[in-house]
Amino acid sequence: MRNLVQSLAAIVALTALLGFGYPALMTGFASVAFPHQAAGSLIQVNGAVVGSKLAAQQFSSPKYFMERPSGTAPAYNAAATTFANLGPTSPVLVKNVHTAITAILKLEGPYNPGLTVHEIPVDAVTTSGSGIDPDISQAYAALQAHRVAAVRHLPLATVQKLIAQNTDGRSWGFLGEPGVNVLELNIALDKLGGN
Amino acid sequence: MRPEGIAQILLYAVVLIALAYPLGVFMARIYTRDRDDVIERSMFRLFGRNSGKEQDWKGYAKTVLVFSAVSSAVLYAIQRLQGDLFLNPDHLKGVAPHVALNTTASFITNTNWQYYGGEYTMSYLTQMAGLAVQNFVSAGVGIAVLVAVVRGIARRSSNELGNFWRDLYRTIAYILVPLSILLAVVLIWQGVPQTFHAHATATTLQGAHQAIARGPAGSQISIKQLGTNGGGYYNSNSAVPFENPTGLTNFLEMLSILLIPAACVFMFGKMVGARRHGWMVFASMFAVFAIGVAINLPAEQHGSSVLRNSGVNITMSGSQAGGNMSDKEVRFGQANSSIWTVATTDASNGSVNNGHDAQTPLGGAVPLVNIFLGEVIFGGVGSGLYGMFFYILIAVFIAGLMVGRTPEWLGKKIEAREIKLAALGALFVPTMALAMTAVAIVTKSGLASIYNPGAHGFTEALYAYTSQSNNNGSAFAGYGATSFSASFGTVALYFGRFVPLLSALAIGGSLAKKKIVPASAGTFRTDGPTFVVLLVGVIALTAGLMILPALTLGPIVEGLMH
Repeated sequence: MRNLVQSLAAIVALTALLGFGYPALMTGFASVAFPHQAAGSLIQVNGAVVGSKLAAQQFSSPKYFMERPSGTAPAYNAAATTFANLGPTSPVLVKNVHTAITAILKLEGPYNPGLTVHEIPVDAVTTSGSGIDPDISQAYAALQAHRVAAVRHLPLATVQKLIAQNTDGRSWGFLGEPGVNVLELNIALDKLGGN
Repeated sequence: MRPEGIAQILLYAVVLIALAYPLGVFMARIYTRDRDDVIERSMFRLFGRNSGKEQDWKGYAKTVLVFSAVSSAVLYAIQRLQGDLFLNPDHLKGVAPHVALNTTASFITNTNWQYYGGEYTMSYLTQMAGLAVQNFVSAGVGIAVLVAVVRGIARRSSNELGNFWRDLYRTIAYILVPLSILLAVVLIWQGVPQTFHAHATATTLQGAHQAIARGPAGSQISIKQLGTNGGGYYNSNSAVPFENPTGLTNFLEMLSILLIPAACVFMFGKMVGARRHGWMVFASMFAVFAIGVAINLPAEQHGSSVLRNSGVNITMSGSQAGGNMSDKEVRFGQANSSIWTVATTDASNGSVNNGHDAQTPLGGAVPLVNIFLGEVIFGGVGSGLYGMFFYILIAVFIAGLMVGRTPEWLGKKIEAREIKLAALGALFVPTMALAMTAVAIVTKSGLASIYNPGAHGFTEALYAYTSQSNNNGSAFAGYGATSFSASFGTVALYFGRFVPLLSALAIGGSLAKKKIVPASAGTFRTDGPTFVVLLVGVIALTAGLMILPALTLGPIVEGLMH
């Protein structure tokens, strides 16, 4: 009985302090110190929110760089993240990878003469862990650069320079892997004009 | 393997030891301090006379059980009622009964198995005041119980193991909260959301509508990593950029997985006055950790047969990480996904930064075996080391049999009672995991949860009950929530937590009563490399052999067929 009363008192006190006090403190601190990050790293163009630096979004127009495939429903759902959970020997995985390869060859082939499956980097045909991976590999960006440059009538070098500018390197030069942020890259392209 | 990958793995090991050792020494000082601080004095004044007195193992256990039951009731109620409560800006409904039940068991037992979907199941209130509170509390309970057992080892001719409320309070106030605040600050700076506003709405560059989930995530993710909890704020856990935005956050979150479990080992060495023994236990754990990375990383870098046969470029180069990128993030690549996979399953953390279900047969077998070993390779905060004590007792018992003497450990004679309890603590959970898997693959309601076909589907079920029984919480996440799998899992979660916990406390109580026998020439030394070999061998021969037949039905068949 005594244990019961003490336990009730303890869980009430702990909920008040850790469940309300602590997150409220951190939220207050964050709203002052890091308001942009705390709100979800949202990106605005001409005053309107177009997305978040930390979430992939759907691109289908050939003037844009494409994201990696997504396992969420619908694709790139930043409010319901999920893995695709297909096993390494799954027949569905075989089918999905094949479909992705065919689509990329069709889309990029005309701008990359002689393109074969062996030049397609693996991240271009696999779903990401979150379904909203904002990055693509530098290899996949380099492959798409030819198409984007041609469609937008831009010199290839200009597009390549934008890729370099929108590549997030490793933290402190060595933690993690480099990746190209697709949304930021596409916004930079739109700002440049062309097409 | 590129130099950046090797550098990151080495750096991880060095920083882990450099931080865990002083933290362990600090923890030992916290738990052996005689004077109560001002909050403890007022707490015990409020709780009544004698409430601050030390408890014997039964008293300690009773308080843990009652407190866990009360915590369960509160957490279940919050989830069911969240639809009618405040701090629910996205208007989520109450959690379904079977999911709420499983999630309650999951968070009370420091497991954080996710049959729930994070951002689209749990309101801000449930995340903050329900799940995150238990992230602190269940971690605190684990460490408190460990401290009690360690006192039992250190003391002689005594009945008392300490006071649960004091140990819980000191763990939360002096260790978990300060570390969580520090980590949360860095996480938010790097991009983890921390807000009470509802989801954001964007109009994408192509004019579509995109909802972006957010909330008080930073404060929760720091304790989720530090307390070996692992339950994601978002469904895809630390793979989601909002939980783990950069290489830096990934490094710190991975470090947090093993930090306190490793510190517990050094705390133990200091509290029992056997630092060299502590280092040997650490060495045993680290050896198994290194073996895990050495198997998992090459397997994932080699890629799955499907990807290799497709013809796409999976070769690592300066412009891509390559390998099996299925359900992995570009910013982590293979090296950082692999260290995380091994660390989170050695420790019973269970957070993931990549989808284990999509790993190669050999790669995915590593986390499965790690968990099956009983979460004693670092293991959960507190629970990992008291779980390791079972194996240490069995190891010194076997050594005693070999030389024909009564086994001793740290000056205490190990007798029939301790060995029986250690055997119960070590063998109950793996036995339960196998039995439950067997039920889940022969019943129709069990089979309904399986997502992938063939041998891989069997591995999903095996992983699910292994993970829940051992309180890990990571998953082959295709395995689905049905009312059967959620309720069945609830049983695994509670028994998997409390049978070893009670066995360990009973051992602590039993050892506390004993006198110290001076070491002699015939005493098996537990502070040298022979002990490391024996201990790792005992773990491999007990739990390791138990899972081997099941492995042949799952990952081994799958690997051989493709």
